[in-house]
Amino acid sequence: MRRLALVVLAVFAATYAFAQTADKRRSGYADMDASVQKMQDDDTANPAMLWVQEGEALWGKPVGSANLACADCHTPARLGGMAGVAARYPAWSPALGRAIDLEGRLQLCRTLHQKGPALADESRELLALTAFVARQSRGQPVASPDDRRLDATLRSGETLYKRRQGQLNLSCAQCHDDNAGQKLAAVTIPQAHPTAYPLYRLEWQALGSLKRRLRNCLIGVRAEPYPYSAPEYVALELYLAKRAQGMKVEAPGVRP
Amino acid sequence: MANVLINAPKSVKKGQAFEVKTLILHPMETGFRPGTNGTIIPRNIIEDFVATYNGVELIRLKLSSAIAANPFVAFQVAVTESGTLAFRWTGDEGFAIEQSVAIAVE
Amino acid sequence: MQRRSFLAGTTALVAVLPLASAHATPESLQAAIREVVGSAALREGKVKIDLPALVENGNTVPLGVTVDSPMTATDRVKAIHVFNEKNPQPHVYTATLGPGLARADISTRIKLGDSQKIVVVAETSKGEFWTASADVIVTLAACLEDLT
Repeated sequence: MRRLALVVLAVFAATYAFAQTADKRRSGYADMDASVQKMQDDDTANPAMLWVQEGEALWGKPVGSANLACADCHTPARLGGMAGVAARYPAWSPALGRAIDLEGRLQLCRTLHQKGPALADESRELLALTAFVARQSRGQPVASPDDRRLDATLRSGETLYKRRQGQLNLSCAQCHDDNAGQKLAAVTIPQAHPTAYPLYRLEWQALGSLKRRLRNCLIGVRAEPYPYSAPEYVALELYLAKRAQGMKVEAPGVRP
Repeated sequence: MANVLINAPKSVKKGQAFEVKTLILHPMETGFRPGTNGTIIPRNIIEDFVATYNGVELIRLKLSSAIAANPFVAFQVAVTESGTLAFRWTGDEGFAIEQSVAIAVE
Repeated sequence: MQRRSFLAGTTALVAVLPLASAHATPESLQAAIREVVGSAALREGKVKIDLPALVENGNTVPLGVTVDSPMTATDRVKAIHVFNEKNPQPHVYTATLGPGLARADISTRIKLGDSQKIVVVAETSKGEFWTASADVIVTLAACLEDLT
């Protein structure tokens, strides 16, 4: 009898310990209809690959007064040469003295090295280049850098994430931490992991950045969205990347 | 810039069915949607999609406003000799894109 | 400004959904089918529709259509017509199938403005018309982006 009690206790303890350590993080992919999952999984059917293909062409095209293509510095230019890069962003830019996201990094290369004009925020070219680079990190774990210079940005991202805002007076955390997995109308609230960006949203009928999605959330709680150039986005992106540390990059994903 | 993705095998067995998948960048604006100022955004869709093999028509689709943006069309083909699989998309505002791929029969 | 255009966008979205005056109806759907079939008999069967029963976003809904046919020179599917019940127009697409097609099997992605019925009619080389239909529920996302 006592032996049985011990066994029960041991099983309970093991289960409890497992539950404490098991990763409960879940990509929004897991909650999608199988038909949408299939669209993301098959590169020959994933509409985001139209942008990846365009990004590959742009990667090899010389621009700016330096007449340099991305491929002139980063070789090989074909898919694979930039593997793991997107998984590390946002990262610290010594040139700018602040954190930048992947789009910011591409813009910096353009203005600093290629000596050309920056691309418009959320433009097809910028999305295409971002998708081309991000595609090369698919399957790799999110590897947000352990860099002390990012600490202040990370803290400000966490504050923004947890701060109530907008007419609905809701924080990101209230939906995506406290109520993730619950329904908002017919939609399952995701945990808000940024692993599939840039992604093709069926609602947008186009590829869009994580900034566009964050802007979408701000509009959803009826807050004034920040302009695309606002540092708040990079701070939130960094906090989300840290939260998703180790999860697999799915870019370019598909979401409803 | 035409942005088209075509997926078809480079070589196939004679007479054996294979799948052809096509994706093309296009807004497929329905002509029923009001813009931010309340007026209807004019229709801009691809109306016709035609696939041929060595000049012979395989399939023709007459599309409508009910086709999703960035149209995807997939179908099953069987061929008996090597040749060219050609595609043509035409539509509103003078839209006309052609693309082709070679298929070798083993 | 953003807030105002969000509200305007929301109203506009509501306006194009079921309240819009010009949209297909079960009657216009029947009329569109009749235009294809004429006085011939329309028989249930042979057609298989692959469509999710519930979609989170009607902008891009995968639709697969297959027709059971030997696809020989003398016994094949000549055309596949797809109709809907409640979009602004009853037509989705019409496919004309040449002899080089190995199977009557077509995949596309469609737009659905509302929960509704999709009807497929397959026309064979023998002049027969086979049909099937599928019902789909379209839900709307809780947080929609403004249109600006």
